[in-house]
Amino acid sequence: MNLYAIRAIYLFELARTWRTLLQSIASPVITSSLYFVVFGSAIGSRMTEIDGISYGAFIVPGLIMLALLTESISNASFGIYMPKFSGTIYEILSAPISYGEVIIGYVGAAATKSIILGLLILATARLFVSFEISHPLWMLVFLVLTAVTFSLFGFIIGTLADGFDKLQVVPMMVVTPLAFLGGSFYSISMLPPLWQKIALFNPVVYLISGFRWSFYGVADVNVAVSVGMTLVFLVLCLIVIRWIFKTGYRIKS
Amino acid sequence: MHPVISVENLTKTYTSNFRALDSINLEIQRGEIFALLGPNGAGKTTLINVICGIVNPSQGRVLADGHDIVSDYRAARSIIGLVPQELSTDAFESVMATVKFSRGLFGKPPNPGYLEKILRDLSLWEKKDANIRTLSGGMKRRVMIAKALSHEPQILFLDEPSAGVDVELRRDMWDMVRGLRKSGVTIILTTHYIEEAEEMADRIGIISKGKIILVEDKIKLMDKLGKKQLKLYLQSPLANLPEEFAGYPLELSADGNELIYIFDAQSEQTGITDLLRQLAKHGIDFKDLQSSQSSLEEIFVNLVSARP
Ligand SMILES: Nc1ncnc2c1ncn2[C@@H]1O[C@H](COP(=O)(O)OP(=O)(O)OP(=O)(O)O)[C@@H](O)[C@H]1O
Ligand SMILES: [Mg+2]
Repeated sequence: MNLYAIRAIYLFELARTWRTLLQSIASPVITSSLYFVVFGSAIGSRMTEIDGISYGAFIVPGLIMLALLTESISNASFGIYMPKFSGTIYEILSAPISYGEVIIGYVGAAATKSIILGLLILATARLFVSFEISHPLWMLVFLVLTAVTFSLFGFIIGTLADGFDKLQVVPMMVVTPLAFLGGSFYSISMLPPLWQKIALFNPVVYLISGFRWSFYGVADVNVAVSVGMTLVFLVLCLIVIRWIFKTGYRIKS
Repeated sequence: MHPVISVENLTKTYTSNFRALDSINLEIQRGEIFALLGPNGAGKTTLINVICGIVNPSQGRVLADGHDIVSDYRAARSIIGLVPQELSTDAFESVMATVKFSRGLFGKPPNPGYLEKILRDLSLWEKKDANIRTLSGGMKRRVMIAKALSHEPQILFLDEPSAGVDVELRRDMWDMVRGLRKSGVTIILTTHYIEEAEEMADRIGIISKGKIILVEDKIKLMDKLGKKQLKLYLQSPLANLPEEFAGYPLELSADGNELIYIFDAQSEQTGITDLLRQLAKHGIDFKDLQSSQSSLEEIFVNLVSARP
């Protein structure tokens, strides 16, 4: 194990976050706060409760997940895309470091950022809406699992992307809609029956449902299924990454 | 002593089906400075990139200090440093941060004293906290050298290190290379400045169209292939070469003031005495003479252009 290398990549990537504090941490926190103000306090007070939870509190887990997903993907994809773009990847490729170690460094750093961000948004949300977390440990498990899984997913996008536009496309065109349609703002049970079925194909539904369960003990789908689906996605990402590195696809000629 | 790098039957075919390296066999001796010469697109960078792990080999194998670069990549790569041809650096990092990063990446524990020494040697110490993007091109190249040296490699690849570098820095760089060699580092460099190879290298390899066409001790190469010429500055200009000299490898300069005699430096019989005798016989006097040896550049151009 080349621990020095993992540490070097990890710290290098985190340093990038501190350097761009405003963009990487402050901006998502502010955006989420606006949601809490608008939907939580302003509109939320006129909405009925969902599953016995006030609307403002109901949307907290979903909004955290939304930020977690997009930030994990953009952090990790940018982290590995930049060296490819600037050419500094030559150093990573020529270093005595395994692919596993490269991934631990990059994905670890991206996930760390997202987790910090998630917790910050959680703390901010508490300023606007009142809620309690009934399963804090599970809440952390979902937070970490989601951050790691989607950082891996972002890492894949970053390795495959051959232009900045492609780097933006997946988060913008795929993840944001999935997250919005994944029950951030409503319970899946509020959808017409057909759409409820369709929603089950949306992986984000499981994440949000599980995460919300850790807060309020209510869920759209069984918690075990939520954890299971997240793990399935994690394993899928690992398989794809393994394949990419084994073949050197889009990395090595 | 076994070679520090041995390349055996190495072939690289890019996905475009283009064969950039064709059964390369090459051995680099420990502690030497080896210059790899060849025209643009010959495959120099490809060869270096394969050895360093940046490009996958298609066939053949490479050992670095006895370690296979594919199956035993950790051991092989940890002793190799690379300064690539392209200037690619981080933009927003400080010089010190990027050099520290390189050292860590290669699995070496922090050593601020050593890094300070490198930065001082490369006259980068004053800039250690500067953002890389604020440095000049030559400084960036030095940062890349510092990165490559940060992990104390035993083998150093310099892919066209003197491209875009001013005369003074080039001289500093060559002093540094000599210093490294003295400390036991093996250096492999590519360059288009042949006088550089001529001045620095112990051995020279010439690559053309993906094939090594020659590897030779520099001095031997110059002896073997170098043609010497003798220039005679005439007392009075000649209109044209007298008939009797038709068989000689002689040329008359355009203004008729100089006679140029080309001979093989290796052969026992240079024919100079005979030539001088003949000249005296025909009453051709000269006021001065000068002999010179063809440069590596001429040798190189001759070799490469002789190939189809
Ligand atoms: N990634 C790649 N895909 C396809 N062909 C490539 C790739 N990289 C290099 N080549 C081709 O391989 C050949 C050798 O390139 P290489 O960069 O090794 O040459 P070089 O000797 O370093 O040239 P120069 O003196 O210009 O640096 C060239 O014809 C080049 O077009
Ligand atoms: Mg090159």
